[in-house]
Amino acid sequence: MSVTITVNGADHALDVDPSTPLLYVLRDDLELNGAKYGCGLGQCGACTVHIDGKPAFSCLTPVGAVAGRRIRTVEGLGSAGAPGLLQQAFEKEQAAQCGYCIAGMIMRAQALLDRIPDPDDAQIRAHMQTNLCRCGTHMRILRAVRRAVALRKGTQSAQEVRP
Amino acid sequence: MSPVLSNLSRRGFLAGGALVVSFALAPRAFAQLAGGGEGGAGPAVVAPDLKGSLKSTPWLDAWIRIDADGRVTVFTGKVELGQGIRTALIQVAAEELDIPPAAVTLVTADTDRTPDEGLTAGSHSMQDSGTAIQNAAANVRMLLAAEAARDWDVPADQVTTGGDGRLRAPDGRTLAYGEVAARLSLHVQAVPDAPLRKPSDYRTLGREQPRVDIPAKLTGGAAYLHDMRLPGMLHARVVRGPSVGTSLQSPDLDTVVRMPGVVTVVRQGGFLAVVADRQWTAIQAMRHLQRAAYDRAPQPPLPADGTGDAVAATLKALPARDISIMDTSEPAGPAARTVKARYTRPWISHGSIGPSCAIARYVDGTMTVWTHSQGTFDVRRVVAELLGLPPEKVHAIHAEGAGCYGQNGADDVAADAAVIAKAVPGRPIRLQWMREQEFGWEPLGPGMMTELEAALGADNRIVSWRHAVWSNPHNNRPVGAGGVLAGNEADPPFPAPEGKPIPMPEGDGSRNSNPLYSFANTHVVYHFLKDMPARVSALRSLGAHLNVFSIESMLDELAAAAGIDPLAIRLDHMRDERARDVMQAAADRFGWSKRPKGDGRRGCGMAFARYKNLGAYCAVAMEVEVDRETGRTLVRRAVAAVDCGQPANPDGVRNQIEGALVQSLSWTSREQVRFAPDRRASFDWSSYPILRFDDVPGSVEVVVMDRPGAPFLGIAEAGQGPTAAALANAIADATGVRLRDMPLSPDRLKAAIGPV
Repeated sequence: MSVTITVNGADHALDVDPSTPLLYVLRDDLELNGAKYGCGLGQCGACTVHIDGKPAFSCLTPVGAVAGRRIRTVEGLGSAGAPGLLQQAFEKEQAAQCGYCIAGMIMRAQALLDRIPDPDDAQIRAHMQTNLCRCGTHMRILRAVRRAVALRKGTQSAQEVRP
Repeated sequence: MSPVLSNLSRRGFLAGGALVVSFALAPRAFAQLAGGGEGGAGPAVVAPDLKGSLKSTPWLDAWIRIDADGRVTVFTGKVELGQGIRTALIQVAAEELDIPPAAVTLVTADTDRTPDEGLTAGSHSMQDSGTAIQNAAANVRMLLAAEAARDWDVPADQVTTGGDGRLRAPDGRTLAYGEVAARLSLHVQAVPDAPLRKPSDYRTLGREQPRVDIPAKLTGGAAYLHDMRLPGMLHARVVRGPSVGTSLQSPDLDTVVRMPGVVTVVRQGGFLAVVADRQWTAIQAMRHLQRAAYDRAPQPPLPADGTGDAVAATLKALPARDISIMDTSEPAGPAARTVKARYTRPWISHGSIGPSCAIARYVDGTMTVWTHSQGTFDVRRVVAELLGLPPEKVHAIHAEGAGCYGQNGADDVAADAAVIAKAVPGRPIRLQWMREQEFGWEPLGPGMMTELEAALGADNRIVSWRHAVWSNPHNNRPVGAGGVLAGNEADPPFPAPEGKPIPMPEGDGSRNSNPLYSFANTHVVYHFLKDMPARVSALRSLGAHLNVFSIESMLDELAAAAGIDPLAIRLDHMRDERARDVMQAAADRFGWSKRPKGDGRRGCGMAFARYKNLGAYCAVAMEVEVDRETGRTLVRRAVAAVDCGQPANPDGVRNQIEGALVQSLSWTSREQVRFAPDRRASFDWSSYPILRFDDVPGSVEVVVMDRPGAPFLGIAEAGQGPTAAALANAIADATGVRLRDMPLSPDRLKAAIGPV
């Protein structure tokens, strides 16, 4: 059965079982590496993407349910050569160890910044609560999100962001 | 070949290096090599006077090749686990060759290309591989300088380098490394005394260096084994019961083989897997097969519940072999105060965020396995024995996975994938475990207990110290087919080998049970328990987590009983200057002397350990705030100080210590695998909750001690024990309640505090 989905601005017509979780379509059909299989249960956030601007667990979302909706993945924020704001901030803070959770973290954080341009620390922590990191990179992830806010405001030098 | 494959498997492979006569490793007995790196025997030593892994692989061209165009390729038998070793080793090589880091291509463990350095484990990588590469690079630079000196007819000690890959004569003439290298053979053994660069001249080592693996991880690049896509690749799922010890009775194969998209079912003995053209199809087929009822094999009893008493009862019911770890006696005054306590840790999951994955391909009698195991060379040994292949017909290549923190499912999934690939020749097989399989089948970090009894004399000196620890083996790393699940499921099965302790000085359950402090009359015994109620193996820091927790909790219990400051009792019993320095550095940065006193709600604690008493030194201080209504504990701020010798990448050190601290807070405050009477009962993140953002510290600061030129000391496991004890000590300082059974959970703290 054919399903057409829109990912990072491009349409893709796919011959796929509509019950297939979006995660596997992104990874195996579109060869996008950002969204990761972590739990398949919506408990860890490694698979986080945006659907119509809202963060969603792609491991739980059947591809048939997202036909015609706007899907954004971490690849849509920038590339290693031209990183987006959050990607720059994560790079600057070296906010990764194994990094398996990080694409999901960035997409989760992006959803917050899209909604609240200048979140406080409590808002950031509450918003990031859905996403798990096992390496213990949390402090750097929080710093990276704060740095991205500051980069966007352009009012602080990079050094001043560090607590 | 797809771009992804070539990127992962062929990165930097430059054939025909000018310096290379042949790329040969010393021939060694197959069995001698197995399983090194956790602290047990490693690859055979052939050059004992050399440093690090040069002892087992002394040939320079096994480590470093320089092409005629100046490109430098460095080989290591260690692997990137997210700990940043790739970047650190590049820095080491660049510094000692005196070239920019960007000029170095690093090849990590690959059975066809790199030295066998045993496991990437036990915080050994900087000591083993960093030291080997540093000394190999110094040898190479020395040989290049000598060759250039001959060319210029000047004394070799007048040839200098300028950090740009060129050799300089006193009169200003220069030669590129590549030109000089083209005249040399590096198929020579290293010498032990090649001069190292002076720390005051360092350009790269000890400087902040952005990690080379991070950009791809932030942008969806091909960063992981999981991201490899080979032409013709099929997707597999292995089919097992819910957890170790179970087996499916009669799975419905007939229905599954007729499912559209299912390519085949592989069933050999007790091993069962499905292969499909799409992942989702394989998962649906696996789910159908898993509906079958399952049997449970008899095994020693699991803990009846999650309490410390249940952990202790489970362990004490097992037959023990008693190993004396430390036994000193000296004259000391009579005991004025004696404190006795039992401490426990439950079974803990590695909890990798990405379930284990492997790709295997069997073509023309050769099996290639891409694995994120910590023991790439052991994967070859396991697969060769399991499939009856000559070892030279098994090629194991490391590719990065999610963080593993010890032996998770990585080795098992690699063997699983190889069994499937052998049955489906010619097609690459990608196998990823499901979340519940990782929780249900990976080896856990062992449950443990200790009993300590310590006495203070009238002068507040410790006059006796007794420490007994009960533990299963922590190192059941597979070195043959019996060490992996697929081997146990084969027909006939390869039996799981009997567990063995790692001898001191590194130890396993005994790790860090020997205090670095100077206590009079110290008696330490390891009650080694070979029979394992639950499948267990290495979890980051092994027994150090509970042993350091126990020692450092006991010190605070003694200090509280005698009214001594916790920092003072430690310094009073510590002669090692570097240990004293990290304790003082952590205390100073924390503001220990001006800390808020425990007031029922807020309090502070500290702890210290030198990992294995021969690795990095680490002290941790923290301030907590306890909600007495709920028992919830928040770490307001934490400070760690670490001495790892010469740091390669100080920010990499901070990243590792911050991670160790946060991970240990998670282990210590909330983690325990749940058990049903005869099987595991933690299958997901709701039945095995870990720390989330709401509960991470307000701040974490890491002080990296400056030790220019001092030997490398690995840091990945230095912080776990001290963090665990500092938390317990801070909670005790805040509330007056001493928690001795992990996890130090809100429920337990609330119950211990009593009615508010």
